[in-house]
Amino acid sequence: MEIQELERKSIQYRKAILSIIKKANAGHTGGDLSCVEILNVLYNHVMNVSPENFTDPNRDRYIQSKGHSVETLFTVLADKGFYPEEELDTLNQFQSHFIGHPTRKVNGVEHNTGALGHGLSVSVGIALAGKKNGLSYRVYTLLGDGELEEGSNWEASMSAAHYKLDNLVVIIDRNTLQITGRTEEVSQLEPLSDKFKAFGYAVRETDGNDLAALVQVFGQIPFEKGKPSLILAHTTKGKGISFIEDQVSWHHHTPTDQEFVVAMTELQQAEEAWQVQYGTR
Amino acid sequence: MELGKPNLEVFADTLLELGQQHRDLLVVTGDSRGSGKLVLFGQKLPEQIVEIGIAEQNLVGVSAGLASTGKKVFAVSPASFLTARSFEQIKNDVAYSDIPVKLIGISAGVSYGALGTTHHSLHDFAALRAVNNIHIVVPADNFETRKAIEASLDYPYPLYIRFGKKAVPHVHDPSTNFEIGKAIKLKTGSDVTFIATGETVFRAVEACNLLEGQGISCGVISMHTLKPLDEAAVLEAARDSRVIITVEEHSIHGGLGCACASFLLQEGLHNPFKIIGIPDEYNVNGSQDEILEYYGITPGGLAQSARDLIYVEVPE
Ligand SMILES: Cc1ncc(C[n+]2csc(CCOP(=O)(O)OP(=O)(O)O)c2C)c(N)n1
Ligand SMILES: [Mg+2]
Repeated sequence: MEIQELERKSIQYRKAILSIIKKANAGHTGGDLSCVEILNVLYNHVMNVSPENFTDPNRDRYIQSKGHSVETLFTVLADKGFYPEEELDTLNQFQSHFIGHPTRKVNGVEHNTGALGHGLSVSVGIALAGKKNGLSYRVYTLLGDGELEEGSNWEASMSAAHYKLDNLVVIIDRNTLQITGRTEEVSQLEPLSDKFKAFGYAVRETDGNDLAALVQVFGQIPFEKGKPSLILAHTTKGKGISFIEDQVSWHHHTPTDQEFVVAMTELQQAEEAWQVQYGTR
Repeated sequence: MELGKPNLEVFADTLLELGQQHRDLLVVTGDSRGSGKLVLFGQKLPEQIVEIGIAEQNLVGVSAGLASTGKKVFAVSPASFLTARSFEQIKNDVAYSDIPVKLIGISAGVSYGALGTTHHSLHDFAALRAVNNIHIVVPADNFETRKAIEASLDYPYPLYIRFGKKAVPHVHDPSTNFEIGKAIKLKTGSDVTFIATGETVFRAVEACNLLEGQGISCGVISMHTLKPLDEAAVLEAARDSRVIITVEEHSIHGGLGCACASFLLQEGLHNPFKIIGIPDEYNVNGSQDEILEYYGITPGGLAQSARDLIYVEVPE
């Protein structure tokens, strides 16, 4: 998909994400908004996965280890046609399968997550099976930066390098915030890129909210033959809404009526600006 | 019953008071000080809070190390992650090594509602009951929470205390006697006794009120300590009442109900008995209240279970 098309999708995704969070009056707003471009590029440009091939053993896999950003995943899966968008209106309602973390009861979701620090091990397993079965699919997994404090990630990283899983792509949503504050104040992560290199990854850093930069970096996978690829994606938590950006308080805050109107107006303006630039369609 | 505060808040208030009096008291958190209502504690007593980050295994191990030097350590994390993720640290570094860490499981049971199974702790009683040398306390209301936290300070055993997130009604008079290991009898009745734990106790009290209106004589016990179980209280209930019903916000497997059932059976008592909790199935999604209602853990649901057991036809 063309970058300009992806740009429009990012705006529309943000509208949908905020709308379902507003309706459910629950959700992880900050972390949802920081990974919109990553999921957008993965599902619309990079991965070979769709409702049609979802049972194909050779489909690409996406495991969202930072499960709390589920509203973004559910929104993108609806857009891909895994289920009608209206179903998202039932988010968090009694007996709905659309809950606050990814679950395989929802079509298109590969793995149940929500407890941090599980997705990478599972992804290693799927990637290893791909090698054993001689299949060419890739496994993409998205981790939060705070999530990296879980030791299990580092155990999984050793397995990934040990088994030379160059079919595994780890993306870090490096928004520098977790619930309590800055990651560096809660538990020092830096020098993060060096740590990943030392654990055996081929590492690339990029602006994780820049669609063109993401398209470019995903185009280079595998970064090195025989090594797992890791994208350290520098993002802004709450990206796209002026008063939500980079605010620790917005981890799981949901918009008031007033905030919702302002946020949707900002997105509407962004979409109008897009129209002016690329013409109406 | 008058509505109180969330037990979580009472915990945080009590801990701040204790922390101000005892400078060797430490709180250990894992990106959980906001959810633990401990932001104020961190501001007032910054030297007495240790932040570990999102690393529950490390959190429990570090707590054990700190406590081994004589510090009074409260390790605070959502009950689900604290008891599942760090289970081996609890078993070996705390319980087996006999280090009296106070493990505080917050937002327990199905408090997290629609965040789903990853966040629910329906396994913690069962898991920890099977670990030697750790005691388990599950306060029912604000009174029990404050008393439990105060009693935990110099408690000689490793301790797990768990409570929920929502405001709960007061079930006890503030003059009630509280002791870890001693159940509190709220009512005595000859037809049925509810043995309940934690934030289901008030539901059992309300069920009792409904049943009494229907002429059924009904007892309620707050079994705030799951381990060691107050066996004398269970025995007394089984002798006083024909029917026993246990209630817990936990799996029906391995919790309060199983503890009472296995004890009574071994005592040779065979009262009509029912364990009410969350069944072993793919659990329904919804808010905490919706989930509890679905599984009959409401005053009406509990009263219905009692009637079903009381009026069951006894075969000739
Ligand atoms: C094992 C586990 N511990 C704690 C939590 C609670 N929790 C949910 S999100 C979160 C912070 C995550 O921060 P980060 O990974 O940086 O995510 P982002 O900033 O992208 O939202 C925490 C502690 C959890 N879901 N799982
Ligand atoms: Mg983050």
